[in-house]
Amino acid sequence: MKDFISRGFRGRRRPPEQADRLPPGQYLVTDFPVLSAGPTPHTPLDQWDFSISGDVEQPKRWSWEEFRALPRETITRDVHCVTRWSKLDTVWEGVSVDTLLAQVEHDASYVVAFSDGGYTTNLPLEDVTGGKAWVADTFDGEPLEPEHGGPARLLVPHLYFWKSAKWVRGLRLLDDDAPGFWETLGYHNRGDPWQEQRYWGD
Amino acid sequence: MDTDERRLDGNAAAGLLGEIFPFDMTSVWTVCAGCGAMEQAGVQPVYMDAPGMVMRCVHCENVLIRMAKGNGRCWLDFRGVVCLQIDESS
Amino acid sequence: MARAAVLGRLTWQLGNVRDTVAETPRVRSLIVDIAGWRGHRPGQHVDIRLTAEDGYQAVRSYSIASPPEEPLITVTVEQLDDGEVSPYLVEEVRPGDRLEFRGPIGGYFVWETTQGGPLFLVAGGSGVVPLRAMIRHRIAAGSDVPVRLLYSSRSPEDVIYRDELDRLPTEQHGIEIVYTYTRSQPSGWTGYGRRVDRAMLQEVAWPSGQRPLAFVCGPTPFVEAVAADLVALGNEPARVRTERFGPTGG
Repeated sequence: MKDFISRGFRGRRRPPEQADRLPPGQYLVTDFPVLSAGPTPHTPLDQWDFSISGDVEQPKRWSWEEFRALPRETITRDVHCVTRWSKLDTVWEGVSVDTLLAQVEHDASYVVAFSDGGYTTNLPLEDVTGGKAWVADTFDGEPLEPEHGGPARLLVPHLYFWKSAKWVRGLRLLDDDAPGFWETLGYHNRGDPWQEQRYWGD
Repeated sequence: MDTDERRLDGNAAAGLLGEIFPFDMTSVWTVCAGCGAMEQAGVQPVYMDAPGMVMRCVHCENVLIRMAKGNGRCWLDFRGVVCLQIDESS
Repeated sequence: MARAAVLGRLTWQLGNVRDTVAETPRVRSLIVDIAGWRGHRPGQHVDIRLTAEDGYQAVRSYSIASPPEEPLITVTVEQLDDGEVSPYLVEEVRPGDRLEFRGPIGGYFVWETTQGGPLFLVAGGSGVVPLRAMIRHRIAAGSDVPVRLLYSSRSPEDVIYRDELDRLPTEQHGIEIVYTYTRSQPSGWTGYGRRVDRAMLQEVAWPSGQRPLAFVCGPTPFVEAVAADLVALGNEPARVRTERFGPTGG
């Protein structure tokens, strides 16, 4: 049935004027789609914390106030979802994961980001260090909305957006890789959009 | 738009599941591995617009069933279901 | 009328659009002929898939508005403001076009006369579509199961199948329609003019002692609130069936 085309159907996508900024198989959107695997968590800020644990000398935890007092950056990046939408020049504010990891001693090779609601995603350490990842609490100059992962989400824009875990509460540092929520259901372990690493074996 | 408004139920997931299972996937009963509750799939909340379909338990929100498709393959995870009860006459 | 058997896995089939009917300014019915269609049950739905020339695909679910007794399938679609599939189905599709269908789907949100009653149907907006299939089936089967439909719309202009529904209480014994308009009411209206709530359900629903079968369909928040209220009023959860349409009704 792959040969059947619906007469006159174009969908919601935009023509790729900036085609060179779109990874293979992606289309441009101007809104910000909300995709979720579960209900939106609503953790009050006075109960929120971010922790780094696992294979570390000493686990580290920041309360919301402590987190907000850390050195912050504003970053503008394109983001790419494995469901094929891409959004260009998205503007975020947050704390670099490098800043957070600098406060723990470890020699781990992998991280698992974990979130309210039980979501997890795994990454090799080199994909969250060297200025490639942030814990972001502000989008487009406004506090990050719950629908989009607020109060804070992981932001790893060089990989498919499922790696940018919404409602993130911490990182577990590990010696061995531990595939997360989508990585255990057919989605590629690394997820580089420029190599179109969507599924296992890609 | 609210994630909770976008929540559907087992009726919406049945087309996708029906490509794999040759029987009606709304009237099967699921026993939740989290809380033990037994309900028909048509009742269970379903999140359809993530990278995959996620069906959760209406009582405890534990993930019951996950399904994803891509590149001619389909992945199914039923770890959240202790068992399915299928009415053979349906 | 033989029940449609479940004949294996669902696959995509081509259907021909024979006719279109403008139900309201934002709602249209498509009358479709699907080759090899083996029948369906009142309340079931189909998935429709659209494919663009570059291979992009979108899939959405739509309830079947016609009963199994009719030869062609009717699917009723409400156009959503930011929809991707519904604007195409409501504004672009014309007789002679073909669409891909997967179905019929569902055995949980199904009512047939053999299940008895009394039947209480609660519709939020386009949630009326599968309930109308149940009503048409009840009539075509010559059943005398008592039916009451509580239909919530924003305004009289938003009521789908208005002429048909208005005729039913006089033409058919045992069918009642109760409207509630949540945003604007007709002049001189003495009926309900608010969202469905527990007090309204208490007045309109069959007493729980009669063990009615209830089917609730519409936007997710509507369905969840109504179902919870019906259970609070003493109805058994297993006799309150629900189908959620998502944010704005399908």
